[in-house]
Amino acid sequence: MSFLALVLVNLRRHKVRTLIGVSGIGFGVAAMLTILSIVLGAIAMFERILSNDSQYLVFERDVSDLFFSSVPADIVGTLRALPFVEAAQPVLFGIVSSPGHPIITCFGVEAGDARVARAVWLAGDPAAFGVEPGRVYLGECAAGFLKARVGDSIPIGRETFIVGGVLRSENGFEDGGVFLPLADAQAFFHRDGVSSVVTVKLRDKADGDALKQAVARDFPNLIALENREFSRSYSQFKIMNLTGWAVGICAFLLGGLGVANTMIMSVFGRIREIAVLRACGFSGHQIGTLVLSEAAAVAAAGTLVGFAIGAVALAVLNAAPQLHGYVNAVVQLDVALGIVAVAFVTGLAGAMYPAWFASRIQPSEALRYE
Amino acid sequence: MSERSNPGTGDVRVRNAWKSFDKGRIAVLKGVDLEVRRGEMLALWGASGSGKSTLLHLVGGLDIPDRGEVTVSGIDTATEPARLAIRRFQVGFVFQLHNLIPDLTASENILAPSIASGLPRATARERLGALLEASGLSHRRDHRIQDMSGGERQRTAICRALINKPAVLLADEPTGALDEQTGEVIFGLFREMAKSEGVTVILATHERKFAEGCDRILRMREGSLHEL
Repeated sequence: MSFLALVLVNLRRHKVRTLIGVSGIGFGVAAMLTILSIVLGAIAMFERILSNDSQYLVFERDVSDLFFSSVPADIVGTLRALPFVEAAQPVLFGIVSSPGHPIITCFGVEAGDARVARAVWLAGDPAAFGVEPGRVYLGECAAGFLKARVGDSIPIGRETFIVGGVLRSENGFEDGGVFLPLADAQAFFHRDGVSSVVTVKLRDKADGDALKQAVARDFPNLIALENREFSRSYSQFKIMNLTGWAVGICAFLLGGLGVANTMIMSVFGRIREIAVLRACGFSGHQIGTLVLSEAAAVAAAGTLVGFAIGAVALAVLNAAPQLHGYVNAVVQLDVALGIVAVAFVTGLAGAMYPAWFASRIQPSEALRYE
Repeated sequence: MSERSNPGTGDVRVRNAWKSFDKGRIAVLKGVDLEVRRGEMLALWGASGSGKSTLLHLVGGLDIPDRGEVTVSGIDTATEPARLAIRRFQVGFVFQLHNLIPDLTASENILAPSIASGLPRATARERLGALLEASGLSHRRDHRIQDMSGGERQRTAICRALINKPAVLLADEPTGALDEQTGEVIFGLFREMAKSEGVTVILATHERKFAEGCDRILRMREGSLHEL
C-alpha cells in the first residue's frame, strides 16, 4: 500500500469521471499540438521560401503583409551592381484561383531564380521558362490536384495558361503553388514594374550592414533585413504564432475546467472518506497533496492521450491531398515541452480549489453530519 | 505487537470540557471531567445524542473544546500539530459504520494510516500480518471491502485503528450495526487489546451488556458524565 495506490483508487472508482478529465486535457493537448505544429510549420515553410539561396530580404518599409509590398523593378539592377552582392532576385507573390481551388499561391520569378533553376523538374524544359508566352509552371502537388500535365490548358483566374512544366519542391507552399515568369505575373496581377520582395545573396555575410545602409540611403521607403531578423519582426508571423498559442491555451482552459469539475465532484463526493483519512492521521497538507496528485495523474494520462490524438491528426493532415501540401506540420521539442508544461499547470490549477477545500475539511464536522 | 511507534502513556484526561454547536445554541458537553488510566477499558454509556461521540472526537483530536482542557498521553489537544500527532501516534478510531474505503482491499485499508504516519513499509507489513492473524482475517487480506461481511468489515476497521500501535483506542458504537453474535466477537477483540496490549479503550455504546463488560461505566446524560 502506497500513497500512489490511494491516488489511483479514486481515479479507478469513477472511471467515467476520470475519463472526462483525461479527455479534457487530452483534447487540449491535441488541439494545441495540432494548431501550433501547423502554424509553426507554415511559418517555417514561408521562411524557407523567402530565404531560398539568399540571406537578406528587401521589401517595402512598414508594410503589414509582404503581399502588399511593392519594390520597384529598377532597384534590382542597383542591388546587383553593388560589389558585395552576389545575386538579387525579385519575387512577386500573389494568390490565384482555378475551378475548385480558390486559393493557390503564385510566385512570379525570373528564370534564374533558385526556386525554378534549382528545382527538380519532373516534366518540361527549365530552359524554356519565361521564353514562351502564356505558360504556367506547376508544383508537383499543384499538378496533382489540378490534374494537369505539361501541354494541358488550365484556367487560372480569368485567363487560360498552358502548363509549361512540373517541378518538385520540398517546400509545401511551392509544391502546392504555381510559378509564372515575373513579367507575366506582373501583368496578371496588374502590378507592372514591381515585385513583392527582392531576395539578396551576399558574397560575404559580413557585408550585411553595408547592404542595409545602401538600401536605407538610396531607397528610404524600403528596408533590408537579414532573414532571421525578418522572421522575428514580421508581424504576420507574430500574429500566427500568438494566435496558435492563444487558441491552444483556450482549448486548455476548457480542459482545465473539465479537470476542476472532475476534482470538485470527486472531493464533494467523498467528504466522509476524507474525514476518515484525517481521523487516521492524514494532515490537511497530505489530503491536499492527494487531490493534486490525482489531478497530476489525470494531466499525465491526458497528455499521453493528447499527443497520440495530435500525432494521428497531424499525420492525416500531412497526407490529405485536399490541403495541397500547405500543411507541413513540424513537432518541435520546445513546443512539445511547452504543451506538457501547460497541460500540467492547467490540470493542477483546476485542482487547486478542490485541493484547498479538501485540505480544510474538518473531520469532526464531516463525521457528525453525514 | 509489543512496541508502539511513539509510545505514549495511554492516559486520558479531560478537564471541565464544554462544547456547543450552532453558535452556542446547542450545548452538547457541559463541563465534562474524565480520567482514564492506561490499559483501562471504559464504557461511555448513553442514549443517542447524549454527547458520547463529541467527547470521543475531543479525546481523539478531531475537535477542540470551547472551554476546558483535553490531554492524551500528556499531550494537550489545543493546537492542530498536537492533534495531528495524537491522531497519528496516540489514538486509533473505530466507527459504527466502519468507514472503510470500499475500492481497497482489507490489507490496503488497514495500511492506510501507516502512510499518514510514515511507518516504514516493512514494519507496516509485519504488523499487518500480525493483526490479520489476531483478528482471524488472514484469508481475507486481499478481498475488497464490498465482498466482506459486516463483522469482517468491522474487524478490518479495528485492525486499521491498531496499525500504528496507538496507546488509546476510541470506539464509537462499534457494535451498533452488527448482529449480537458478531458484536460479541468485536467486543472480545477490544477486551483482548486492553488486557494483553495495555491499550486504553474508550467505548461509546448504548448497549448495556457491552458497557457492563468494561472495567468502568460512565453514563452520559444531557452533556454530563455520571458514575454508575
